[in-house]
Amino acid sequence: MDDLIQMVVAKYNYWIYTTLMMIGLYAMIAKNNLVKKIVGMSIFQTAIILFYVSTGAKKGATIPIIEHAHGAGTHMVHAVDYINPLPHVLMLTAIVVAVATLGVALALAIRVYDRYKTLEEDEILAQISEK
Amino acid sequence: MKIIALISVILAGALLVYATVDFPAWADPASPASTHLSPHFIEKTMEETSVPNIVTAVLADYRSYDTMYETTVIFAAGVACFLLLRIPRRKEPGERLYRHVLTGVTVRVKEGAKLPPSDDFERIDTLWTPPDLIIKTICRLLIPFIQLFGLYVIAHGHHSPGGGFQGGVILGASIIMLAISHDLRTAVQRMREKVDVLLSAAGVFIYAGTGALCVLLGLNFLDYSALASVLYVDPVTARSHGILIVEIGVGIAVMATIIWIYNNVSSGGKYDEGL
Repeated sequence: MDDLIQMVVAKYNYWIYTTLMMIGLYAMIAKNNLVKKIVGMSIFQTAIILFYVSTGAKKGATIPIIEHAHGAGTHMVHAVDYINPLPHVLMLTAIVVAVATLGVALALAIRVYDRYKTLEEDEILAQISEK
Repeated sequence: MKIIALISVILAGALLVYATVDFPAWADPASPASTHLSPHFIEKTMEETSVPNIVTAVLADYRSYDTMYETTVIFAAGVACFLLLRIPRRKEPGERLYRHVLTGVTVRVKEGAKLPPSDDFERIDTLWTPPDLIIKTICRLLIPFIQLFGLYVIAHGHHSPGGGFQGGVILGASIIMLAISHDLRTAVQRMREKVDVLLSAAGVFIYAGTGALCVLLGLNFLDYSALASVLYVDPVTARSHGILIVEIGVGIAVMATIIWIYNNVSSGGKYDEGL
């Protein structure tokens, strides 16, 4: 029992992100409306971003900005005291790129609506197969 | 169809949860992600680049290639929205509507006729709705401070959380706020489409140009210590300054592209009423 509780405490963050990812993936596959698919894509991206950021965490460490950096003389910087900056760098750019790609996805949805007057996938497919 | 989707999603989720058994525990200091490269970044950033914020240093110096192409991706997304949506030469409607700002009287101008040149009239569309006075006033008061904060976030990225991406998004949001609280025409008047395009290209150009300058000065692409001879500082400080230059470029590109995407998406490429 103790082992199980320890595992839950140590891993529950990954399970939350997996759940979020499953919600996003299900929306992308099963939803009929294109905007709902785009929302699913955003949820999926959020899950990945959260996963990366959580891999950077370290117990007892602070944000990756060196304290008393200038003007306090030289002092040793220990890697244990600061969380891993690398996932933060990757996700910082990923968030802005996610916004930009969301814009492109919405632009495509607008074009599809202009052409077919609907955003429902089955109606679009029916209109395509009619031709 | 939905059943198949549900089953495959649950299978994928179960596989991932099964894989987490082998993962390092959350916030474990000895996890593989925190043991190979990141100690070097944390311990050496200060002496190599003189930037206390390690995220900024890694973003714009150690991984500057990555960031340059991220900026290019954002620029490309802006161009893609423009190409997909923008209606190049829209036919002007024969009748145009002008609203007298002080009295609120709307004037209908027939085709070919002209309004006497005056600042009291603003061009409106048929769908025009009067903006709310409270929202308008609050936004007018807030927008300068939001922009000031955006500039602070860019300029202070070396010492506190911040940098080009975050500051650029805040600056872009201030113009989008103007577009939402007033109307898109007002925002486009402040920030014309041509300015958007030029700025988003100029931001990427500043970034790549800094890298090319380093090559011209005899070192590798984006090795900012080459800038020491131009900026008259020692190579470590030159790397710090080089990071600031490219962050400014990123900020300009992100700001302009966010506004550009918003303008195109919200008005369907017509640049009239917007939302």
